[in-house]
Amino acid sequence: MTAVAISIPARQPRQFRQLRYALVLAKRNMIKIMRAPEQLLDVTLQPVIFLLLFYYVLGGALGGGVGASRHGYLQFLLPGILAQTLAMSSIAIGQNMNADIEKGVFDRFRSLPIGRAVPLIGAVLAEFFRYLMVCVITIGFGYILGFRVLTNPLALLGAIGLSICFALAFAWVSVWVGMKVRTAGSVQGIMMLLVLPLSFGSTTFVRASTMPGWLQAFVHVNPISHLVNAVRGLLLGGPVASDVGWTMAWIAGLLVVFFPLALRAYIRRT
Amino acid sequence: MSEFAIEATGLIKSFGETKALAGVDLAARRGSVLAVLGPNGAGKTTAVRILATLLRPDGGTARVNGFDVRTQPTQVRESIGLTGQFASVDEDLTGTQNLVMIGQLLDMTKKDARQRAAELLEWFDLAEAANRVAKNYSGGMRRRLDLAASLVGRPSVIFLDEPTTGLDPAKREDMWDVVRSLISDGSTVLLTTQYLEEADALADEITVIDHGRVIAHDTPYGLKRVVGGQRLTVRPVDPARHDDLLSVLGTVAGAGAHAPETDGRGTVTIGVDGDDVLPDVVARLRAAGIAVEEFSLHLPSLDEVFFTLTGTRSAGDARESSEVAA
Repeated sequence: MTAVAISIPARQPRQFRQLRYALVLAKRNMIKIMRAPEQLLDVTLQPVIFLLLFYYVLGGALGGGVGASRHGYLQFLLPGILAQTLAMSSIAIGQNMNADIEKGVFDRFRSLPIGRAVPLIGAVLAEFFRYLMVCVITIGFGYILGFRVLTNPLALLGAIGLSICFALAFAWVSVWVGMKVRTAGSVQGIMMLLVLPLSFGSTTFVRASTMPGWLQAFVHVNPISHLVNAVRGLLLGGPVASDVGWTMAWIAGLLVVFFPLALRAYIRRT
Repeated sequence: MSEFAIEATGLIKSFGETKALAGVDLAARRGSVLAVLGPNGAGKTTAVRILATLLRPDGGTARVNGFDVRTQPTQVRESIGLTGQFASVDEDLTGTQNLVMIGQLLDMTKKDARQRAAELLEWFDLAEAANRVAKNYSGGMRRRLDLAASLVGRPSVIFLDEPTTGLDPAKREDMWDVVRSLISDGSTVLLTTQYLEEADALADEITVIDHGRVIAHDTPYGLKRVVGGQRLTVRPVDPARHDDLLSVLGTVAGAGAHAPETDGRGTVTIGVDGDDVLPDVVARLRAAGIAVEEFSLHLPSLDEVFFTLTGTRSAGDARESSEVAA
């Protein structure tokens, strides 16, 4: 036993070690993403295409609905595109985890003395960079088209921070679905069924006042609406406290419900 | 500390209707190799997964390094290495990245993890492929990387689930050498296998399981005694000399061995007690003027072991043929 003891190298401190493990595994997921850059299309090209579509094709018509010109509509639209793209980007993690879990490498993780949730948390943390790309590309491309932030840089950072936090919380829905269903393809199908009504049935593209009353009721509780309204207020000015508060409540709610669900489904899927 | 690094009693595990383990006892002394021998579907992998804390048993108790797999899984995981039947390497990472990641998950500093990775890659003859993505590795290379990954933390108990299945004979010998060097470093190894030959080459003790039950537990020597030692297979050049061959071999057959087995081409297989009968057989064959094409001494196959122990052909055969039919 002595020989073994001598050869054991210096150990890292034990505090925060679960977070350190999660970061090690986040790096693993980052490497995987970098090895298949086509996986980044949903966070790079998609916001560009949606901006172009809604600005040039639909902007002239929809601008009237918000009482604005094509350019005025871009100001209204961009926070919506940001939220919608983030919601759609969260689909990928469920698909990837679904494909990943079938491979033996998760057996390896389970046989290591790390927290059970760590592989999942690591994967979600790696998503941070994808979501940051969404924000940078959407706002950057918006600037080329003529979008302008009317408040201040701090509010801009706040908007990006809130959006990414929401996306990270929403990603747990995708992880849960990814753990529950059999194939990666069905993760996409189910998540699309969820994301499409959420992102269109909101204040993303038009004001709620143009919709029938029952739909307005849905739009007002829809978390995407709260996020869009909060980002709109932070980037363009206007009252934000209520919508920022609601968005944070949704972030907390999504985490409280879907993190344990995802973890349970992951453990059961052994 | 107990003299056993692995101690399991009465392990039970069901998957739905299927009873994978129906009360299995396993024990491996510190610094020894325990081979768990059995056909496909016998419950070997289930037992390993329970001992490695990947599965919870429905019943029974198991301790690894003195820690209960149910109540102290973290302590168990700190002292084990697991190499599964399917190489559990990350295909999108390079060999080095795979091993460094494991090292960091075992609390090594990045520097130490890199050093340990380089050391293991060298040992497993993967140094040249260290910076290639594992996706492009051959099957044998993946196996070796997988084994290397399970040794990063210098575990004192190592589980090898069918480490040589699907490897060619030369690679199998290499793997055996690795197991022997692990033991000389003081580790305890539990390996599962379908080959009596492998169990015989490596194990201090062998537990034979079938249908989730232990049907024999013995040393390799003891087990071979029970199943009738070795087999001698002789094929005459002239199939017509089959009867002469039978009478020559009949004089040297081991005590308690089965009747000679023959096939349509004149080949005869008998059980013998050991290799000391060989010179005698060669001399008698020459005296009788029987020229031979094949003359080989080998261990009984798993199938023969099962036939002897249970009186029925191994369940693995039946299962395989039903799989083919399905």
